[in-house]
Amino acid sequence: MPLDAAVMERPVKATVKAQPLVDVRDLSVKFVSRESTNSAVNGVTFDLMAGEVLCIIGESGSGKSVTMRALMKLLPPNRTKISGHMRVGAHDITKMSESDMRAIRGSQISMIFQEPMTALDPVYTIGDQIAETVMRHEHCSRAEATARALELLQLVRVPSPERRLKAYPHELSGGLRQRAMIAVALSCKPDLLLADEPTTALDATVQIQVLVLLRKLQQELGMAMIFVTHDLGVAAQIADKVAVMYAGRIVEYGRVSDVLMHPQHPYTLGMLASTVHGNMRGQEIEAIPGSPPDLRRPIQGCSFTPRCKFAVKDCLQASPPVVQLDNGQYAACIRAGKGAMPAAPQA
Amino acid sequence: MTDVNALLADFAEKEASPPVRGYWSSVANRLRYDYVTLFFLAVILLIVLISVFAPLLAPFDPTKSSMAYRMKPVGFRNFVLGTDELGRDMLSRLLWGGRTSLLMGLVPVALATFIGGILGVLAGFLGGWVNTAIMRTMDIFYAFPSVLLAVAISGTLGGGTKNGMVALTLVFIPSLCRVAESATTQVRGLDFVEAARASGASTLSIVQHHILGNVLGPVFIFASSLISVSILLGSGLSFLGLGVEPPTPDWGLMLSTLRSAIYVQPLVCALPGVAIFITSLSFNLVSDGLRQAMDVKA
Amino acid sequence: MNATAPASAAITEQIDERDRGGKRQPMLIADKLKKYFPIRSGVLQRQVGEVKAVDEVSFAVLKGETLGIVGESGCGKSTLARLLMHLIPKDSGDLIFDGDPVGGVRGITLRELRRNMQMVFQDSYSSLNPRLPVQDSIAYGPRVHGMDYKDARKLAADLLDKVGLRAAMFGARYPHELSGGQKQRVNIARALALNPRMLILDEAVSALDKSVEAQVLNLLAHLKREFNLTYLFISHDLNVVQYISDRVLVMYLGQVVEIGPVDDIYNAPRHPYSRALLESRLSMDPAQRVIEPPISGDPPNPINPPSGCRFRTRCAFAEDICASSTPLLGAVSTQNHFVACHMASAGSGHSKAGLAH
Repeated sequence: MPLDAAVMERPVKATVKAQPLVDVRDLSVKFVSRESTNSAVNGVTFDLMAGEVLCIIGESGSGKSVTMRALMKLLPPNRTKISGHMRVGAHDITKMSESDMRAIRGSQISMIFQEPMTALDPVYTIGDQIAETVMRHEHCSRAEATARALELLQLVRVPSPERRLKAYPHELSGGLRQRAMIAVALSCKPDLLLADEPTTALDATVQIQVLVLLRKLQQELGMAMIFVTHDLGVAAQIADKVAVMYAGRIVEYGRVSDVLMHPQHPYTLGMLASTVHGNMRGQEIEAIPGSPPDLRRPIQGCSFTPRCKFAVKDCLQASPPVVQLDNGQYAACIRAGKGAMPAAPQA
Repeated sequence: MTDVNALLADFAEKEASPPVRGYWSSVANRLRYDYVTLFFLAVILLIVLISVFAPLLAPFDPTKSSMAYRMKPVGFRNFVLGTDELGRDMLSRLLWGGRTSLLMGLVPVALATFIGGILGVLAGFLGGWVNTAIMRTMDIFYAFPSVLLAVAISGTLGGGTKNGMVALTLVFIPSLCRVAESATTQVRGLDFVEAARASGASTLSIVQHHILGNVLGPVFIFASSLISVSILLGSGLSFLGLGVEPPTPDWGLMLSTLRSAIYVQPLVCALPGVAIFITSLSFNLVSDGLRQAMDVKA
Repeated sequence: MNATAPASAAITEQIDERDRGGKRQPMLIADKLKKYFPIRSGVLQRQVGEVKAVDEVSFAVLKGETLGIVGESGCGKSTLARLLMHLIPKDSGDLIFDGDPVGGVRGITLRELRRNMQMVFQDSYSSLNPRLPVQDSIAYGPRVHGMDYKDARKLAADLLDKVGLRAAMFGARYPHELSGGQKQRVNIARALALNPRMLILDEAVSALDKSVEAQVLNLLAHLKREFNLTYLFISHDLNVVQYISDRVLVMYLGQVVEIGPVDDIYNAPRHPYSRALLESRLSMDPAQRVIEPPISGDPPNPINPPSGCRFRTRCAFAEDICASSTPLLGAVSTQNHFVACHMASAGSGHSKAGLAH
């Protein structure tokens, strides 16, 4: 896939020529069942520097969550075929055994989920669950671990943390539960935090609190974060870089301001145009017609072609080239960088 | 641009037309690839055919005894599978015995599915005191171990095939009722049932069009897993002398009467057990396969 | 109550022969609707408390308008939708549809109400019967009301075409063979099958991807014109509500805190909660990030809501008066904008009362 080549040749712009913390190359994930093979991720390549936030934006079925679960090795091994390279820090994820993986899960890579109720164990108190994780990875005493749990609850700004240590997950409100899950995830100071739509199920007034908190924590602790979301507004709030996924591929990548304000791929542009806001009242919304392709069938050419208003004959012939712009932005579209795309609507 | 549009239209057409397939045909399609289930389904079919055509297939009269040929081993003269303690041909008895065993397996489960299903759907959909009345009654029966209950009921009713079936039916009703009730309660709260109520439909119409179709699946799966249990329990009743009465050939009864001869002809004595084992195993595995095939997120 | 007074705006020009009360009669008036859910516990199932899901909620929906209802989870907006549809029994309160009280001796029957008012549920795996082809799901309502099978099928096919799904291709399909957006189109077609005058849309686009959401919103706008519909649009998405609504009602813990024309609410919200809600919206511009959240904490549990003003526990302006007396909905500035806040009513005893802010 051409995107790999382009990204591999990408000049490292950081002042220090540091190695990226996360390096994913040509990752493909296929779900195999007796009846069909679902190519959920088709050659995804990206890297992430320590202390950076990457937002993977995509709609359901775009492969964004699968990409992240592959990085954590959380996919069922007997039904999944993974190819490509994944490296986090010094660890080659692709080659790691399950027991080695267990050792770095929670300590170097942590994950938070959309629904904390399923990620937290209902029969243990919040304090016990945080202490448990701390003890498992740092081999300290229970008293030390409990003290650390209290610190962590303070860190995630849980009000009256002493009381909450003894609370069970169902006794907490949605926002507090999400904070507790973040505390569990941060308990061993991970280098990389994976976040799978952690604010989607929250109310608007709570979502903004959690987003602001995550951003602050990420900066205070200097950790890198990969944040999966379908909401462009969330990406605008929290990301340094964004990768837009469609049909298992990254179709556009770049700095958040570049991608959201000057999108180069018609899909990104369509997403922006179809996100509703108030000053569109009374007008027809420019919706992207149709629906995403069925990934159980082979796709020829650009997978967005059937829904693209700029489609031409060439789009169906071959995979689109990855066009690189001077600002580090990339788009997998034959029109990218030609400047013929209308500017994004100002929100 | 026209050829692009033609291409795109063609693309969209292909994209938008997966084969239209109903629930049951997609279940059948999944089963098609499940060779284990298919194999055991074939075994069940074979057993059914053998039982149906037992009169034609059996080389001897299964009830005709002969003192001269008692407890003969497998392969003795014309007795392919030997003879029992009264000198009756084992093969003929096994072939005929399949009939009673299958009846014991299928009839009580079918009856219990019907009665328990109706009670369960009623309890689940109406809720309130109807639910309480039905389900608490079921709980009373449920509190006894099923074997004990079966023995107690058929002991009270007396022996015989018919009474054995009645006993087994009563044993299975509570569990089937529970499954039907919980499935109904689940479906009742779903949005499409609310939508049906919002359209002004009557209770009966909602049950008929929206509840039954969704409850039948889980009830059916559970019932199929009970067939093997029923066969075993039926054999057990006969073994204890409470089910089928001699001289009717029945696998459980045969196992009972032959057990004294276990040191004389172990192989012959084990044959009814093997028949019971194969039959109930087949039903069990087919039921498992069905559950997997039917467990489609619709 | 004042909020139920008809406004002159947003009244449809078309003549609808189903109209009984006249143009200025609101399509639906809800008067002091109340629903408490008892909480029972222990062996004897004794009542230990109650969830005040909908607490004396009054409002009117005008003919031809779209009234948006916003609020966070637990504010009672979905319970309200189910109360209006009579899917759950109400504790007290009245419902008046086009001038006719619902139930009672002189009113219209529940069946008549349901033919005139239908509901579109949130898209999920449970909104359509998985064992029925979608055309049968759509045809079910008309069949219940006595249409014969052939006509109902034909109507279903017409409606499928109207919502943008080719009947020949999609009619015989089962829900699991449709995408989320297609399922939601079927849901809408099902709601339209009884030729209703009003639709309650309960989080009808919330579960959809953005690009599909836009398609469905366009469809809703189109259908509203074609079928001369009145919408009650319930959502937690402030942007969508602003886009689709003529008037907006803000709910907090089972009560109406503010109601008014969409532009008044969005440009000059008067209730501190409405303001916090609006400030929580995320901008698409990375340069306009929110640094400090507008309010802290979660909405409190509706089981034992705070006394007086229910928002006072999260409100930056809370004073003693807010705990001791419940603010009533009162008119502010324009005559159709009402807010339930002591700060907005002069002489309430709040130090900021009557001051513009």
